[in-house]
Amino acid sequence: MAVRKPPITTREYWAPGHAACAGCGCAIALKLATKAFSEAMEEKYGDPNAFAIAQATGCMEVVSAVFPYTAWKVPWVHVAFENAAAAASGVEAAWKKLGRKGKILAIGGDGGTADIGMQALSGMLERWHNVVYLMYDNEAYMNTGIQRSSSTPYGAWTTTSPPGKYSIGEDKPKKWVALIAAAHQVPYVATASIGNPFDFVRKMKKAAKVDGPAFVQVHCTCPTGWKSPLEKGVEIARLAIETGVWPLFEIENGDFHNIKIQPPGGGAKVKREGGKVVAIEFKKPIEEYLKLQGRFKHLFKKPEAIDELREQIKAMWKVLGVDVTLPKPEE
Amino acid sequence: MPIRTVMKANEAAAWAAKLAKPKVIAAFPITPSTLVPEKISEFVANGELDAEFIKVESEHSAISACVGASAAGVRTFTATASQGLALMHEILFIAAGMRLPIVIAVGNRALSAPINIWNDWQDTISERDTGWLQFYAENNQEALDLILMAFKVAEDERVLLPAMVGFDAFILTHTVEPVEIPDQELVDEFLGEYEPKHAYLDPARPITQGTLAFPAHYMEARYTVWQANENAKKVIDEVFAEFEKRFGRKYQKVEEYRTDDAEIIFVTMGSLAGTVKEYVDHLREKGLKVGAAKLTVYRPFPTEEVRELAKKAKVLALLEKNVTFSVGGALFQDFSRALINQEEKPKIVDFILGLGGRDVTFKDLDEALAIAQKALAGEEFDEVNWIGLRKEIL
Ligand SMILES: Cc1ncc(C[n+]2csc(CCOP(=O)(O)OP(=O)(O)O)c2C)c(N)n1
Ligand code: SF4
Repeated sequence: MAVRKPPITTREYWAPGHAACAGCGCAIALKLATKAFSEAMEEKYGDPNAFAIAQATGCMEVVSAVFPYTAWKVPWVHVAFENAAAAASGVEAAWKKLGRKGKILAIGGDGGTADIGMQALSGMLERWHNVVYLMYDNEAYMNTGIQRSSSTPYGAWTTTSPPGKYSIGEDKPKKWVALIAAAHQVPYVATASIGNPFDFVRKMKKAAKVDGPAFVQVHCTCPTGWKSPLEKGVEIARLAIETGVWPLFEIENGDFHNIKIQPPGGGAKVKREGGKVVAIEFKKPIEEYLKLQGRFKHLFKKPEAIDELREQIKAMWKVLGVDVTLPKPEE
Repeated sequence: MPIRTVMKANEAAAWAAKLAKPKVIAAFPITPSTLVPEKISEFVANGELDAEFIKVESEHSAISACVGASAAGVRTFTATASQGLALMHEILFIAAGMRLPIVIAVGNRALSAPINIWNDWQDTISERDTGWLQFYAENNQEALDLILMAFKVAEDERVLLPAMVGFDAFILTHTVEPVEIPDQELVDEFLGEYEPKHAYLDPARPITQGTLAFPAHYMEARYTVWQANENAKKVIDEVFAEFEKRFGRKYQKVEEYRTDDAEIIFVTMGSLAGTVKEYVDHLREKGLKVGAAKLTVYRPFPTEEVRELAKKAKVLALLEKNVTFSVGGALFQDFSRALINQEEKPKIVDFILGLGGRDVTFKDLDEALAIAQKALAGEEFDEVNWIGLRKEIL
């Protein structure tokens, strides 16, 4: 009987035994990212291990590197919260001088990337370091107990954006870091999701293989911070794609005229012109995504807030050059 | 053959970096150290220095990149001053805790506010608890030599700590002095290749660096930084001795000048030591029993040498270009600590002076001397004295 080749390498770099919460979507992201990286290194350099990681402070760091243990089977360094990109720049420069073949992977959460680490990220991209920056976007500072970041979506509860008499929860639209990264005109920028692991792996491999800097923003669930069922992480992430909340796209060389949009699935109707996606009619209402998460529970008492979120999502797609229709749930 | 020439301390620092052959340099301009990265850019551009020079977007990223490069296992250098060093503060602790022998050249400069680009030592003094070794240069030759020696001490397996070398803003950074540039071959022999056994990011033997430590391990990790600082005392002596043998210039952690029968000894650091030596000569001509001492090494604190020095004087007059508010200067604390349990100890008088680039003149030193003489005579004296204050504008 023929043995089926596994869809992705069985080599592990982010080993079992790390201390992430049960059902952590970000742990899935790191596992897939490192496997993808390994495959890319094997294809590009003939050595699956030809990479090192520089990582920011955050959940994925504290759960993986508790002395005297480590979950990492790859050279790995953590320096601080805001400087994964700068530390990675240094590692990359050292590797260049040592004549070492391979690529550096920098990893940061949304806080360590969109907020405090934004300057270092911009510097790293602009200086054209041969680094892939992976932003795992769980949409809040989880490590310090679920505070809002600039990547927290409108309306979400966090401990610093609590809904109340005068508050709807987070009151600003989400910052789109991938677009900021793309403005550096680097070879490769993409958004991805653990809700579409094959797409994520493909993009990580592509990012790892380009010469020069690349940025991937992966949407990953956090059952603790999102107050969502442990076993539904991947399903929730997929719903974010299928309802239009989380767009999947690629931008190469900062070419905003040729943003490659991935069809969302979930019954959405995609309209193309000259191969380009110009309109998407989503079938599933964003409520299907929101209702599985306690962080949005309060919005259901204020439907106008959900409508506001819908408008923000439309506006975001417009920036990507796509007209979207977002349905309301059937009454 | 060594080259004898004239140059500014900033150039001397760049030359030291060139001679030490770091593989990665990351730096960001700030007055007064700006010329260091500029000069290094030239060296790299001309192929005279085979290093990756990362033109970072801030000092925070400069030191972060140095930490990344040093963790990857290469010799690493940067230069900064004042606000730039302050911006590095968080990462300075990390570099020491991770035991990465990075070397920073610092053009010592005052801190804001008010903004002031001129010399004092507040920038490096404020980093005294980060675990970094600290050297202070009296002149441009010392700036060059101490950077070379800083690499050697920092990379010693008994130490493995980062080091900063301070030289006074403008007084040295921008002043041309004769400097001997040692032979590259001799420097190569002195420093050797840096081949770390503890820090590398090699896929063939993966290690994890920069971990989280629970209370069960954190104190022990900090203690090893303490121990490394203690070890550095002996290693510095060895390195100073070897340097003298190879290059003919003598260095001591605490350098004494005309202290033998001194009743009052002025103690200082950096370029002020030159002024104070002159002043001592001037007083000796008048028959006063005074001497001078200079701390070349401030961290690790040379406790033993300070105790020996203290035996020679009835009064130690500390001249400091830094403040620890409500206490005095940093040296005042350190000297007090070194001497508090000694049976016989001199009086210690602290002088804060020359902040923000104010000149320290003989007139100022006369003011300090008068107070020190009160202490010597057993009269009441203020422990902490601000010298040269313009009281009329207060
Ligand atoms: C300078 C600094 N400020 C604050 C912190 C505290 N801190 C550590 S991790 C973190 C939040 C991390 O959030 P994110 O990057 O989104 O990653 P996550 O924890 O969600 O994985 C904060 C605020 C820190 N380590 N350093
Ligand atoms: S808090 Fe969230 S991101 Fe952090 S480990 Fe737990 S599930 Fe993962």
